[in-house]
Amino acid sequence: MDGFAQHDDLMPLPVDPMIPRLFRIVKVKKEVRGVFTWHLVPVDGGDFSYRPGQFNMLYAFGAGEVAISISGDCRDKDKIVHTIRMAGSVTKIMSQLPVGATVGVRGPFGRPWPIEPLYGADLLFVTGTIGLAPLRPLIYEVLHQRDKFGKVVICYGSRGTEDILFEDELHQWRGRFDTNVHVTVHSAPSGYRGRVGSVAAAVRAASIEGANTQAFVCRSETMTKPAVDALRARGITSDRIWVTLERNMKCGVGLCGHCQFGPTFMCKDGPVYRFDQIEHLFEIREL
Amino acid sequence: MVEIEGLGPLVATHPFFTGMDPSALEIIVGCCANAVFKTGAHLYRQGEPADKFYLIRDGLVTLEVYVGGRPAIAIETVEAGEIVGWSWLVSPYKWSNDARASGTVRAISIDGACLRRKMEADRVLGYEIYKRFLPVMARRLLNNRERIVELATEPAT
Repeated sequence: MDGFAQHDDLMPLPVDPMIPRLFRIVKVKKEVRGVFTWHLVPVDGGDFSYRPGQFNMLYAFGAGEVAISISGDCRDKDKIVHTIRMAGSVTKIMSQLPVGATVGVRGPFGRPWPIEPLYGADLLFVTGTIGLAPLRPLIYEVLHQRDKFGKVVICYGSRGTEDILFEDELHQWRGRFDTNVHVTVHSAPSGYRGRVGSVAAAVRAASIEGANTQAFVCRSETMTKPAVDALRARGITSDRIWVTLERNMKCGVGLCGHCQFGPTFMCKDGPVYRFDQIEHLFEIREL
Repeated sequence: MVEIEGLGPLVATHPFFTGMDPSALEIIVGCCANAVFKTGAHLYRQGEPADKFYLIRDGLVTLEVYVGGRPAIAIETVEAGEIVGWSWLVSPYKWSNDARASGTVRAISIDGACLRRKMEADRVLGYEIYKRFLPVMARRLLNNRERIVELATEPAT
């Protein structure tokens, strides 16, 4: 859509984006409560390419189809990885599918996170709870190309100490000398030694220099604005803030209108947007 | 010979007192003392008389709420460069929560009862102090509102 072509690294759409391709579940991993990860391989043995930030429509036969971000490493050509939260009838049935089951996959869809245009910048990732899943492919890619960027700071928030998604990897990333990781929780048992507070408070405390920082935000639509406000208070202007949004994606190609956000369709013009290009839409309550 | 420096420079360079009039700072320093808390030590306890506040110089302080019948719950952390404690400003001057050191904490404690008397006697000083505390309280309120919205709108994973 004109006015929303913020980056030109779109992937070509699948040959027929409306026909699911068969994938087999080769691994199911329980993450935190109510969240599981699938490793999928194509039944036809072909390739599957995507960019960080894109999503697939996953189809559980007889149950329905849902839009799920890809949460794996886009350089891993052996499988695609999806991390799914049980949120409704379809994802509940998906959570019961065993290794070996077959599902339909349409995609990849949507605009990815920008990477190459941001070489040289400091990067700040801001996310909470399940929002780390759509950001993880970008974090992987940035770490693959670590020498191309300045500081890398990750601010992640969860409700408590028991539901920190990808906790092992957060520890790994924190253990690197070239990455700062701030984890904050809403509340914790007495004696907890980490940070307690909102994600925005973690952003306020993070060691960043706004002038050379590009920020990536994956929060609920409601919490995106407070996150952006906290970033702007640190000197990061809206044209250097990238957000991913999610609404009721159905067709994945901008035809059905279910995910319309003002003049844009999140499935096609998003889910990744540069914030200054949609900022005005956040002020309209009816949207 | 080691020269022992007073608390004045430490207080003057703490972000909470940035830009404070030197004569006002001199009055405040008269109410100050150095404080060090080891890991797990309480800076103050909920319900006890609130007669101090702390400029955090180094370390992390966890604010905890005791709700009875269960261990206290950590609800917020405060970092170096920030302050802990505003109950000394608000009647009935009792702490509304616990504050514990999460690691070694170096701070400057300020005698709130002493400062309240000086603020009563010097309303300009009182106004300066309130001007600095109100943004702290507003920020804490904002933090809590954000967390309520987060809890209401984002899944618990």
